[in-house]
Amino acid sequence: MIHLENINKTYPGLVPLHVLKGVNLDIEKGEFVSIMGSSGSGKSTLLNILGILDTYDEGKYFLDNTLIKDLSERKAAEYRNRMIGFIFQSFNLISFKNAVENVALPLFYQGISRKKRNALALEYLDRLGLKEWAHHMPNEMSGGQKQRVAIARALITKPQILLADEPTGALDSKTSIEVMGILKELHEQGQTIVVVTHESGIAYQTEKIIHIKDGLIQNIETNAERKDSPFSMEGYIK
Amino acid sequence: MRFDLNSWEEIFITLARNKSRSLLTAFGVFWGIFMLIVLIGLGNGLKGFMSRNFEGVAHNTSFLSSNRTSLPYKGFQKGRTWNLQNKDLGLLLKIDGIEKVCPVVFRWGSSVFYNELTSKGFIINGTLPVYAELETQDLAYGRFINAIDVSENRKVCVIGEQVYNDLFKGTGDPTGKSIGIEGVYYQVIGVLNASNSNVNIGGNSRQKVFMPLSTMQNIYNERDKINIIMLGGSPGAVMSKLQPEVEQVIKAANSINPDDKQAVFFLNTEALFGMVTNLQMGINILIWLVGLGTLFAGIIGVSNIMMVTVKERTTEFGIRRAIGALPQDVLGQIILESIVITILAGTVGLLLAVLTLSGVESIINQAQTAPINFQVSFGLAIGTFIILMLLGVFAGLAPAYRALAIKPIDAIREE
Repeated sequence: MIHLENINKTYPGLVPLHVLKGVNLDIEKGEFVSIMGSSGSGKSTLLNILGILDTYDEGKYFLDNTLIKDLSERKAAEYRNRMIGFIFQSFNLISFKNAVENVALPLFYQGISRKKRNALALEYLDRLGLKEWAHHMPNEMSGGQKQRVAIARALITKPQILLADEPTGALDSKTSIEVMGILKELHEQGQTIVVVTHESGIAYQTEKIIHIKDGLIQNIETNAERKDSPFSMEGYIK
Repeated sequence: MRFDLNSWEEIFITLARNKSRSLLTAFGVFWGIFMLIVLIGLGNGLKGFMSRNFEGVAHNTSFLSSNRTSLPYKGFQKGRTWNLQNKDLGLLLKIDGIEKVCPVVFRWGSSVFYNELTSKGFIINGTLPVYAELETQDLAYGRFINAIDVSENRKVCVIGEQVYNDLFKGTGDPTGKSIGIEGVYYQVIGVLNASNSNVNIGGNSRQKVFMPLSTMQNIYNERDKINIIMLGGSPGAVMSKLQPEVEQVIKAANSINPDDKQAVFFLNTEALFGMVTNLQMGINILIWLVGLGTLFAGIIGVSNIMMVTVKERTTEFGIRRAIGALPQDVLGQIILESIVITILAGTVGLLLAVLTLSGVESIINQAQTAPINFQVSFGLAIGTFIILMLLGVFAGLAPAYRALAIKPIDAIREE
C-alpha cells in the first residue's frame, strides 16, 4: 500500500535542515502502524509526506502503486481527498460549521450534492455514536466528541489510508482510550492506519511500531499481540 | 472552480455563520453605492432647477444697447449719450448669420387702471411680434402682438400675469376690455402665463405690459428711439464671432469712434449659457469624483476586511486544502464571497438610494409647478451594478491570492 524508497527531505534556509536522511518503509494494506520518535526526529515530516501535504527531495513514494512525486496542486488535492483521511491533534474542525457539515466537507470537494453528502455524514456520525450531536457546533462538544467528528470526516471518503497525527495529544487518558478503541475497531474492519505519536502507550497499541530518530528509521518492532509492552491497554501511562 | 449550487450554498452558509463580519464588510459598499446614487440623483435635480431657469430663451441670442461714448469722433465730444434707432434694425438684419432682430422700448414704474382697480410698478415694453420667437411667451388668453398691430399703431396691449391678477382676477377672459395707462386707453388682447424661466429681458414677464413698438414710440414721443435690440442668430451661427461685425455696423451708423469700447453694450447669452454648462459639468465631475471615491473607499474596506479574514481563516483554508480543496476552490470561494457581499450590499444601497431620491423628489415637487426629475436612469443603475460586480472581483483578488499562498501544513501546524 505504502512504499517509501530512500526518501530525503531538507528544509532550505540559512542553515539547511536535513530532516529525513533516506527513509525506506513498506506498509501493507490493512496494517495498523505507529511511527514513534521524539520531537525533531522527523516523524511529522514523514507523515506530511505520506499525506501529500509536503514534498520530498529525493527518493520515491508509491501510494497504492501510484508514484507520488512532483504532483500538481490539483492532483495532490485530488489524491488527498480520495486516498487519505487525516486526523489531527487539534481536531481541526471548521468552527462555524456543525458536525454534519464538517464531516460532509470532503464530499463537497468531490462535487456531491448537499442532500447526499449530509445523509452520508449522518450515517458516519451514527457509526461513531454521535447521532444526537450531529447539529452541534464544535465548541459545544467535548474533546473526545470533536475527535470522533474528525474521524468521521477522515473516513467519509473511504480513504486507502488513515493518517493520525498525535490523535490523542489533546485528550485526557479516558478519552484517549476511547479514541484508540475506535481506531482499533477500524483496523479490525480492514482499514490501513498510520499513527504518529511520541507516547509509547499509544504506540504499543498498534501492531507495528516504527522507531524514527534523527531522520532515519532505527528499528521496526512488531507488536502483533499488543501486550508485549509494559504499558498494556489497561495500564498505559499517559 | 466549481460554480454549482453547492458552491453557492457553501458561500451563503459561510457568510450567514459569520454575520457581524459579513455585515461590517457589506456596510462599506452599501454606503459607497448609496452616496454615489444619491449624489448623482441630486445632481440631476440641480441640473433640472438650473435648466428651468433658462427655459424658453433661445440659446443663440444676444442683446445690444447703447452707452455713453468714451472717445470723441467726427466732431462729437466723448461722453455723448446716443440711442439705438429704428434704422439700425435694417442694417443689422443684413449681417450674414443674424436671423431675428427685435427692438424693445421700456418704460418703468407705470400704473395701470381698470375701473376702480389700480396696479402699480409695471414695465411697459414696446416691441415687435418677433419678440415671442426669442423669448417664448405662454399665453393664458388671447394672442401676442402681431404685425398689423404694429403697422396700424393700434392701442392694444398684452398684460402679464400679475397685472391680470390685480385688475381681472377671477373674472375670466379680459380680452377686449380696455385698461388705462397714464391717461391713454388700450385694449387688452392677451394675457401671459407666468413663465418658469428666470431669465427675462428687462424684468419679469409677470410684471410687464407689452404693446406695439410703433404705438409706444408715438404715444411717449420717443420717435424712433430704441432701448435694446435683441439679436437672434441663424442656426449654427456663433454670436461671439458675429459680435465685431455687429458693433462695427452700429458704430458706423451712429457716428461712434470704431475704437470706442464703451459705447456699444453687447451681451452674449451664448457665453452665459456656456458658463452654466461648464458649471453643470463641474458639478457632475465633483459628484462622480466624490461618489466613486466613497464607493472605492468602501471596496478598499471590503478588500481590507477580507484580507484580515483570510488571515483569521488561515487554519480553515489549510483544513480545506488538506481534505481536498483545490487552490482554485479556495480562490473561487473568496472571490465569490466578495462578489456576493458587494452585490447584496450594493443592491440594498441602490434600492435605498432610489427610495431616498423619490422621497426628496416628492417633497420638492410639491412646491413646484412642473416636476423636477431627481431619479437616476435605469441604464445608470445597471451600469453601477456592473461596476459593483467588477469591484467585487477586484476586492476579492488580493485576499484570495494571499489565501492561495497558504500551505496546508503551515495552516494546520499553526498552534
